[in-house]
Amino acid sequence: MTKDDAVLRMTDIVAKFVAFTGKRLPDDVREKIAELAGQEEEPLAKAIYQTMLKNQELAQELNRPSCQDTGAIQFFLKCGANFPYMSELSGILRESVIRATKEAPLRHNAVETFDEYNTGKNVALGIPSLFWDVVPERDDCEIYTYMAGGGCSLPGHAKVLMPGEGYEGVTRFVLDVMTSYGLNACPPLLVGVGIGTSVEVAALHSKKALMRPIGSHNPNPRAAKMEQLLETGINKIGLGPQGLRGKNSVLGVNIENSARHPSVIGVAVNVGCWSHRRGHIVFDKDLNYTIDSHSEVDF
Amino acid sequence: MAKKVLTTPIQAEDLEDIHVGDVIYLTGRLTTCRDVAHRRVIEEKRPLPVDVKDGAILHAGPIIRPLGEDKYEMVTVGPTTSMRMEKFEEEFIKETGVRLIIGKGGMGDGTMRGCRDYKAIHCVFPAGCAVVAATCVEEIIDAQWKDLGMPETLWTSKVKEFGPLIVSIDTHGNNIFEENKVIFNKRKEEVYEEICREVRFIK
Repeated sequence: MTKDDAVLRMTDIVAKFVAFTGKRLPDDVREKIAELAGQEEEPLAKAIYQTMLKNQELAQELNRPSCQDTGAIQFFLKCGANFPYMSELSGILRESVIRATKEAPLRHNAVETFDEYNTGKNVALGIPSLFWDVVPERDDCEIYTYMAGGGCSLPGHAKVLMPGEGYEGVTRFVLDVMTSYGLNACPPLLVGVGIGTSVEVAALHSKKALMRPIGSHNPNPRAAKMEQLLETGINKIGLGPQGLRGKNSVLGVNIENSARHPSVIGVAVNVGCWSHRRGHIVFDKDLNYTIDSHSEVDF
Repeated sequence: MAKKVLTTPIQAEDLEDIHVGDVIYLTGRLTTCRDVAHRRVIEEKRPLPVDVKDGAILHAGPIIRPLGEDKYEMVTVGPTTSMRMEKFEEEFIKETGVRLIIGKGGMGDGTMRGCRDYKAIHCVFPAGCAVVAATCVEEIIDAQWKDLGMPETLWTSKVKEFGPLIVSIDTHGNNIFEENKVIFNKRKEEVYEEICREVRFIK
């Protein structure tokens, strides 16, 4: 395969995958929603879950994006330092968004700031957003695709706490976001919490936490315990589907963390809406690919 | 129970017996109207190029497929976060005479006052269910302020039994989200105390 052929092949696959993720939710999200729907008893909550289910079926049947807000596209990369198409990757991903936008179709969600106009192409300065992790000694490339919608992006908050506020302060921060902005997003939410030193570190952790599957746990036992405590606790608040009350509030709580400066605790919250359009695709050096976020991929 | 369907043009009397928590549907004309359109009407003092008096607006930015010759297909259309329009909505209701506002999540005291004083209601369409909503659209009949791009153009559609619409603010000064918030905040304080006992990791 020549380099040009390889670029075309990868662009084509990523474009089709991005379009596909707008139409079918990942397996873990579908399973969790079915589980939560089964626990509701109130007619209103049940009716909302039924509408959600019907919507996902119609999206398949009519081959349309399941939510009108197909987001600003974000890619979280774990790219092997020896992946042969590393130099071409930004161009490939940008082109794939343009293609997916036409083919899916996706909504035009890229507004140039300050000049304040919609480019009409779904790409603009810094959109799609690329977040790079370069992995030494590997020659493959893992890509998490994410449709960052307005509704799920709006609750995002980050703050640097004083150590005296402790993890109790982290708890307060997360809960406050849930009962203010969270209920107007699209509950049940997947909650990503990031902990580190400064705001950008915490914020990136909080978003990467949303790339982790529902039901996975932080490897640190205390962090995993806090995930569980927050999940149980936020569920007890009972936001329900659409914030209109119900048995639960969240699809899960995922925490990602790094060490902190002794003087600060940076904390951030990011949420995924119930329509959490996350995809995971891995290319090997020959551009064979595997998808583990979705079974029954049919593009 | 019979399906409660509102038909445009909507009169103030049509809304009298509707209360928060009710589920209703809309038949008639529905115009998408969101962030910049609200700002243009209220802050820029530009008249809304669509007459929504006794009509309905939807806080939404759809995906549209152009069919040529100024014809468009509604691919998907679901509600966006209504709270973003809170800053403008009370005055918007007064200015335009709109009767039905559809969106996602709650709105605040301003909208509650606007709904109570000028006789309008706010409803939630289950968000993320944009294909269900699109199948209630019969056709797109008008597009204004197209300079705002696909999400923010004022798309007017003919809709049939558009819903389910869950009434969140009625004409009687009730706001279901504000009522729920009181409950949520009370439970939150209990949850906070419970979790704090378990996370004293700094010793």
